[in-house]
Amino acid sequence: MARRYVPSLELIGPASDGETWAVARLISRAEAGVPEAREAIGQIYKRAGRAHVIGITGVPGSGKSTLVGKLVQRLRDDGLRVAIVAIDPSSPYSGGSILGDRIRMSDLVLDPDVFIRSMATRGAVGGMAHAALDVVDILDLAGFDKIIIETVGVGQDEVEIAKSSHTTVVVSAPGLGDEIQAIKAGILEIADIHVVSKCDRSDANRTMTDLKMMLKDGIGSALTRGWLPPVLETSSLNEEGFEELVASLDKHLTSLDGPAGVERRAQISAFRLQKAAETLLLERLRQQANYGTQTRRVSDRATDPYAAATAIVDQFSRETTHV
Amino acid sequence: MSAPIRVLLAKVGLDGHDRGVKVVARTLRDGGMDVVYTGLHRTPEEVVTAAVQEDVDILGVSLLSGVQMTVFPKIFALLKEKKVDDMIVVAGGVMPDEDVEKLKKMGVAEILLQDTPPQEIIDTLTGLVEARGAR
Ligand code: B12
Ligand SMILES: Nc1nc2c(ncn2[C@@H]2O[C@H](COP(=O)(O)OP(=O)(O)O)[C@@H](O)[C@H]2O)c(=O)[nH]1
Ligand SMILES: [Mg+2]
Repeated sequence: MARRYVPSLELIGPASDGETWAVARLISRAEAGVPEAREAIGQIYKRAGRAHVIGITGVPGSGKSTLVGKLVQRLRDDGLRVAIVAIDPSSPYSGGSILGDRIRMSDLVLDPDVFIRSMATRGAVGGMAHAALDVVDILDLAGFDKIIIETVGVGQDEVEIAKSSHTTVVVSAPGLGDEIQAIKAGILEIADIHVVSKCDRSDANRTMTDLKMMLKDGIGSALTRGWLPPVLETSSLNEEGFEELVASLDKHLTSLDGPAGVERRAQISAFRLQKAAETLLLERLRQQANYGTQTRRVSDRATDPYAAATAIVDQFSRETTHV
Repeated sequence: MSAPIRVLLAKVGLDGHDRGVKVVARTLRDGGMDVVYTGLHRTPEEVVTAAVQEDVDILGVSLLSGVQMTVFPKIFALLKEKKVDDMIVVAGGVMPDEDVEKLKKMGVAEILLQDTPPQEIIDTLTGLVEARGAR
């Protein structure tokens, strides 16, 4: 079979026309961090920024994927085009992953106005959050109104992704231990909206009470300007609470029209710039002539990591200032 | 540091035998691949739609119900309709030798049947992606 390699810049046109194959391929290249795609992704960034990006986070098993499935159905009733980026952890041993979020969203698969993409965390330093937000831009270019990112919210990178959404929803569930799990994970304070899922269960009341109590005590209350994170209950099983969730998401989006939104968007851009700088700097530093020797010296304990890093950075700055 | 190989594993139709596909999913994960699993009882349309959105290197279909000669032609037609010409399609499960030959002619890159050892599955799929080259 003849296979044609389409350069990334040539994918922008068809992707912005909503051609699935082109959108999907650009995402693969962004995810893999292919240098060839950087210019294209840069151009896409400049055109993006229209979609409402919603982060949904919570511990594994809290019902996120099922909830996303139901939420998206509800958004589709309003005629909105929706993309989902579902992130699951990579195995720390093999680097591989089993990405099963789609199983819970199977009702949406044949809807041409829904796009679902699974991603693995990969465990690599810095790169992942960066890539996920590039993926969001590509979906934005493709004309999706709502882009939902599901993450398990453990690990710095994933917390950062959740924070980099316009609206962050933190899901807590009954039956996963009597503590509010999000507290342990340190993600309670990033919530713009709290959801207690699985409210068809009899023990959901307890979770609701615990959560409200903690918020009252000031634990995990986001002090975003003029926005008090509501606590909602949903049951994906009985399809309850989704009207309220959609209303709350809309209300939060509207609240971003003011100075809070300007601030939020500035934070997200600053984060992305920082991530890009980190990636690039690390790449350049690794190309430094003394990187290999310093790595060996650290390994021999002839020097310490901090001193070795200083030596590499110093040499890098000397070389760059002399050009 | 190249990106992991992406594979979508699918069960199509009424076939409820999912032991094999689960073994393969774990095998490939342990071999460092990203595996998207869509669950049981999918239609060819659902499988291909998912595979195209996920832009997987390999679409793997596990079939133990004997319907391979109707499923694979549909899959290839759908891929063509969706303008995808570089996805590698592989099959596994239980099927007779005569069908294996026909499926290969149809474009199924590899057919791995019962008792294929894990390492052979990993090596075969890795080899197919390497032979395809960058995309
Ligand atoms: C266990 C089993 C069952 C279990 C299934 C449990 C489960 N959840 O999986 C139960 C009891 C439920 C069952 C039911 C039936 N079964 Co049954 N079952 C088997 C049996 C004995 C073993 C299958 C198995 O699990 N093997 C172990 C796994 C690890 O092997 P595997 O699936 O082949 O996978 C390996 C490879 O094929 C490959 N592979 C598989 N998929 C993929 C995908 C990719 C991409 C790749 C690369 C590789 C790959 O890798 C794996 C590891 O090497 C087979 C006989 C046999 N020898 O295969 C019959 C068999 C598959 N069953 C058969 C039948 C007829 C049925 C029933 C219709 C019986 C009935 N009348 O009710 C029902 C149908 C149920 C349904 N809804 O589909 C027939 C199918 C005949 C056919 N295809 O023409 C078989 C072949 C038995 C026979 N000789 O008649 N079955
Ligand atoms: N009772 C009940 N169970 C649910 C509900 N939503 C999800 N579950 C179950 O919770 C488990 C985890 O769901 P999943 O959506 O995969 O959670 P995730 O890991 O957070 O994405 C599954 O077994 C679901 O069937 C719900 O509303 N009620
Ligand atoms: Mg999930």
